[in-house]
Amino acid sequence: MNQSKIEVKDLNLSIGNQHILKNINCKIPSRKITVILGSSGCGKSTLLKSMNRLTDLYPKVKISGDILLNNQGIFGKEVEVTDLRKKMGLMSQRPAPLPMSIFDNVAYGLRISGRKKKLQMKLRVEYYLKVVNLWDEVKDRLKAPASSLSIGQQQRLCLARGLAVDPELILADEPTSALDPLSSQVIEKKFMELKDSFTIVWVTHTLRQAKRMADHVIFMYLGEIIEQGPAEEFFNNPQHEITKNFLNGSFN
Amino acid sequence: MWGIKLIGKKTEELIFKQLMRLANAIILFVIGLIVFTIMRKGLPALSWEIISQVPKGGYYFGGEGGVLNAIVGSIYLAFGATFLAFVISLPSALFINVHLQKHKKLQDIIRLFIDVMWGIPSVVYGAFAFGIMIYMGIRASLMAGIVTVAIFIMPIMIRGMDEVLKMVPKTLFESGLSLGSTKYELSYRIFFKQCIPGIATAILLSFGRAFGDVAAVLFTAGFTDNIPTSLTQPAATLPLAIFFQLSSPIPEVQNRAYAAAAILTFIILAISVFGRMALRKYKKNSIN
Ligand SMILES: Nc1ncnc2c1ncn2[C@@H]1O[C@H](COP(=O)(O)OP(=O)(O)OP(=O)(O)O)[C@@H](O)[C@H]1O
Ligand SMILES: [Mg+2]
Repeated sequence: MNQSKIEVKDLNLSIGNQHILKNINCKIPSRKITVILGSSGCGKSTLLKSMNRLTDLYPKVKISGDILLNNQGIFGKEVEVTDLRKKMGLMSQRPAPLPMSIFDNVAYGLRISGRKKKLQMKLRVEYYLKVVNLWDEVKDRLKAPASSLSIGQQQRLCLARGLAVDPELILADEPTSALDPLSSQVIEKKFMELKDSFTIVWVTHTLRQAKRMADHVIFMYLGEIIEQGPAEEFFNNPQHEITKNFLNGSFN
Repeated sequence: MWGIKLIGKKTEELIFKQLMRLANAIILFVIGLIVFTIMRKGLPALSWEIISQVPKGGYYFGGEGGVLNAIVGSIYLAFGATFLAFVISLPSALFINVHLQKHKKLQDIIRLFIDVMWGIPSVVYGAFAFGIMIYMGIRASLMAGIVTVAIFIMPIMIRGMDEVLKMVPKTLFESGLSLGSTKYELSYRIFFKQCIPGIATAILLSFGRAFGDVAAVLFTAGFTDNIPTSLTQPAATLPLAIFFQLSSPIPEVQNRAYAAAAILTFIILAISVFGRMALRKYKKNSIN
């Protein structure tokens, strides 16, 4: 069995009097793609965002239970939340490039980490833009605002920006949902390559995408985890009635 | 709605479009009328002498000289106050939107409080500051005027910035933090950059108010025929100069008031235009 990168223990999360995550227990294996699957509104994004503590920012949020990253609790007092977040790159449903140039977007994480050497910065920005196959498209206009890129390019830029912080995990919240099929394919392919070096958590509500990408599946329904396991087992031999219905498409 | 039955969608749209046009036309007409009046009466009285000289003896009775003292005084005062207000307003507005992001109730209370401050007429700020100055034995000075005007324009500036900062998309907020930004970095490297055009508008708007206000400076900055050479000296301002000259029974002096008004209008116009041009290059980076 592979070592698990993240372990969620009895996580409960509510906002106001709305109970959104209920007794979540799961493991995210290291250097694999774990897909969080489930229909809209079941709490996938909330679970993902509690991993880098973005849920701290929700008004009236109450969290109990624990999440371990490399066997260490992330909610502990001694945890520096900015360091925690640097260990996880986040890609959101819609790309959110920073209000600056293409170059500065990738350099941002390096700069706030205190790296200042110009030449090194240039090389690293180039490197990460190449990693996401964006370099050839933007190398002549690195000074142009990031907002001038197409949505698909912006999403790849956001990936490069996240990778430049040198994270251990990538949290991807339906990163292809705003993209055309071709751009989606580019991103999916990139993630298949990245899984050799990163632990990836990928949120989606589309079954087909989950089948294409998953090594490990966590299936959620109405704030609970119904079933989880290696992709093969999950898709071929689902245990739970709700899972079977979901896989049959006789759902919603 | 009952209106829809009586008139068709098309007609309804047409009527509202015309109403909007009318509203715009009224605004333009009023502005046009004011500018026209200022220019018609002011331009003939405008001369190099008015711009380049301080009042000589008997200026306010039709004697020689100009309003350079008031021009310089107003510029010092408005820039000083705008700068001071900016130094306080930007962190405040960022604080409300970034650090207090979770505390919606507190945000609302602060906004209400600032809105009330916005509604208080400038003469109250002036009188209040004057009271403090008397208590502390401070005389009317450029510094006192700057501080008073800064306090008076701060609510405008903070709420102006606040309204644009409010619009920063939540995904940008989350992306910024996910990269490991502290709230401070998020504020100044991301929120600020995203909102530069709107922040600039808030500053220019406040500058206009600072430049044109009479009541806040009446007791605090005082009035003098000299150009101030230090912050502790009193300073004249254009709006006050206009006021004094308009109060004169002598028509020639009244016309000079319009000339001074024309100068004031030009300066505000010039600053707005240059300000916007200087900031244009930042606009392109904003994400929407
Ligand atoms: N900030 C918030 N305040 C109140 N309720 C929230 C908040 N964020 C999420 N919720 C609620 O929590 C539930 C789960 O939301 P979440 O965004 O995690 O779902 P999701 O599975 O990601 O859905 P989708 O596929 O549509 O993105 C929803 O019912 C949603 O309305
Ligand atoms: Mg979601």
